Amino acid sequence: MDLPPYATTGQRIWHYGFKVICGLIFFFLIAPIMVIIPLSFNAENFFTFTPGMLAFESDAYSLKHYRDFFTNPDWQQALSNSVKIAPMATILSVSLGTLAAVGLSQDHVPFRRAIMAILISPMIVPLIISAAGMYFFYSRIGLQGTYMGVVLAHAALGIPFVIITVTATLVGFDRSLTRASASLGADPVKTFFRVQMPLILPGVISGGLFAFITSFDEVVVVLFVGSANQQTLPWQMFTGLREQISPTILAVATILVAISIALLATVEILRRRSERLRGMSPG
Amino acid sequence: MTDLATEAGPAGRSARSGSAEGEETGPVLAADGRPLKQSLRRALRAEKLRALALIAPLLIFILVTFIAPIADMLFRSVENEIVSETLPRTTVALEQWDHTSGEMPGDDVLAAFTYDLVAAAERKQHTRLGTRLNYEMTGISSLFRKTGRRVDDFGEVYLDQFVALTPAWEEPATWMSLMAEPGWSAQYEEWLADRAAAEEADRDFETPQPLFEVKDGVADVLPETADAYGEFARIAQVENDDNPAAEEPWAPVYLALYRDLAQATPDSVATLGADAQALLEPARAAVAGFDTVPLSEMFVDAEEDWADPDVWATIQAFAPDYTAGYFLASVDLQKTPDGVSAQPEDQRIYMLLFKRTLFMSLVIMGSCVLLGYPIAYLLSNLPLRTSNLLLILVLLPFWTSLLVRTSAWKVLLQQQGVINDVLVWIGLVADDGRLVMINNQFGTIVAMTHILLPFMILPLYSVMKTIPPSYVRAAKSLGATNWTAFWRVYFPQSVPGIGAGCILVFILSIGYYITPELVGGTTGTFISNRIAYHISSSLNWGLAAALGTILLAVVLILYWAYDKLVGIDNVSLG
Repeated sequence: MDLPPYATTGQRIWHYGFKVICGLIFFFLIAPIMVIIPLSFNAENFFTFTPGMLAFESDAYSLKHYRDFFTNPDWQQALSNSVKIAPMATILSVSLGTLAAVGLSQDHVPFRRAIMAILISPMIVPLIISAAGMYFFYSRIGLQGTYMGVVLAHAALGIPFVIITVTATLVGFDRSLTRASASLGADPVKTFFRVQMPLILPGVISGGLFAFITSFDEVVVVLFVGSANQQTLPWQMFTGLREQISPTILAVATILVAISIALLATVEILRRRSERLRGMSPG
Repeated sequence: MTDLATEAGPAGRSARSGSAEGEETGPVLAADGRPLKQSLRRALRAEKLRALALIAPLLIFILVTFIAPIADMLFRSVENEIVSETLPRTTVALEQWDHTSGEMPGDDVLAAFTYDLVAAAERKQHTRLGTRLNYEMTGISSLFRKTGRRVDDFGEVYLDQFVALTPAWEEPATWMSLMAEPGWSAQYEEWLADRAAAEEADRDFETPQPLFEVKDGVADVLPETADAYGEFARIAQVENDDNPAAEEPWAPVYLALYRDLAQATPDSVATLGADAQALLEPARAAVAGFDTVPLSEMFVDAEEDWADPDVWATIQAFAPDYTAGYFLASVDLQKTPDGVSAQPEDQRIYMLLFKRTLFMSLVIMGSCVLLGYPIAYLLSNLPLRTSNLLLILVLLPFWTSLLVRTSAWKVLLQQQGVINDVLVWIGLVADDGRLVMINNQFGTIVAMTHILLPFMILPLYSVMKTIPPSYVRAAKSLGATNWTAFWRVYFPQSVPGIGAGCILVFILSIGYYITPELVGGTTGTFISNRIAYHISSSLNWGLAAALGTILLAVVLILYWAYDKLVGIDNVSLG
């Protein structure tokens, strides 16, 4: 993208103009997320910068919205529900999904395309339709409004991500390793846990992280399948935004942004490690 | 396979080879003495089974937790059993009625409807049915609710006259001896005794009670009475946990008796035995002289609207177990007895919503292309180290919670929000003329473009990374200007990425619910908001299911196109 020394003025203008345009688009992408971080330390119950904040006066900033989040029973209940639901859903989708991904990566799988289409479908179908169908069906079988129902629904939504990431990792898996292990007398279970699993672990973990974030961020399905007892953090934010918009939401949002940064970093590190293990350059 | 088997001939066999003798040697055997072909096939089958066994748990899980709900939704969009379940006699009787006659149906239909309605009211199902039919014709709901309260008086005029004739008609025992199957009576007595004993001993008692049975032969002579009384007795047992032998029948049962006896002959009454004949024959002889009130008068007396033949036509039109009515309603049509017609002007909202959903999704898709293309181009033409760093700026929004991003836009776009503050501060906008940027289409489009932009950039980037820079250089060296080199050489190669990104963004946006709900106001909502409204507020689940089915069909078609274009397996997750 370097400008050649013989570039004309027009080309120069276009070159820098393009960079400015790209800068503005990046600003559009990042600024909305970044702007809520300082706003969450607002000492007032406003959603905009007070004159004091712009003058960097220390008493214009406070942690009161964070204090509210950590003391308000509604938010704490929502947090604990989220923490109870997301890991269970993740465990379910990772264990079943990894097993199936191993099966799908075998040489001879009958109806592979049809099976793949069914397993990926929760990602394709719009959430509102999944939510509607689950609401109808789960109320028929008595799962609507139960913890179990929400966990099962979230596990189903997370499965496509596990399948996609783990099958992608298995593409680079050297099958002769399992044969070597079998020839040395290991049974298939032992081979799986001692040989295959350590090698595909990065894929499994990033699939699990995707499944976790899917459940942790999910609001449409839980709104319909859950009841007041399963009110999760995103649900609480949703009602907060719709009814009485309180600045505590910004504090929660900031905490969630921090969590996403941590998750993004983990996935990125795992991806590079997995590519290094497979002998590919990180890219 | 055969070639392979021949070449892989086991060592133990004589070393004869060549196709000439192949037929004499017979099948090539594996080490265990089986034909090799069979052995290989067996191994292949075992491998397939092992793969399927690994997939099976997840497949079953997805089928139960996800595919079954979707199938349930598809089923609900056409299911309409409530009418024929709640009004079984009426739906049959109405089949013959001509809705173009302009009059109420005749006494046969009205009598059947009376029995159905009194039973439904006892089971408290008439309001549910009223709500269902109210979707098709406004006002039916209150008609059912109000008449349901009065229908157990219908036929009181006959009750009084029967009792005046023979006071025994008022006694529950008279009815029992006339109607009940003796075998059932004995069983029921036994069951009652068992239950009393269990209660005495404080034990759990789970045995279901024997349901009332009508005596043989009664239904031939008194068909409507047997039917109505049977219904009465079973409802008394099941709904109210009463002993029907101690309960006075509903007035409509006397209406049935009157109608039956008007048809009966002395001979037919005689077939029921001497006791019954002694009771029924005087009544039969007297009914001709009874004071009568036409059923239509009773209904119109209860609620005037029953005189409107459209009410009956609506019941008739929605009598079948499956209906296309919800789908017709989803596209602003309605099902009438005369066929399909358009909804009244003021109720046509779904086509508007579908069009708005499509239009706004296209606008969002277009803005994603406009904003995403330069970014993807920049990323794919920068050195790897820089582009990886900038890619984080794309991935961070992708990983950030949807609600965080929506709340950010809510905060930014408000009239007292950051953007308006900045605009006022730099003097572009007067303080009293702050822009309205939220709770309208603009807010939805801006917020959703921001939310879906990473889904455009990532596929575009992965396609652009594979375009060799030498092509553009070659074009330039042949004399192309920068623009021609880009437009004629680079752009056509990036089109698959645009296609993939567009379909992905479009699929995601037409099903979006949360963001339009929070920042869309009334003009920026999508069809999905209407689906949610019908599920949780108006409780018209059938219509919600039909709207969802249409949306699902659109998404699946697009998904199929996506699969043709890029392949499911190439879905990349950043």
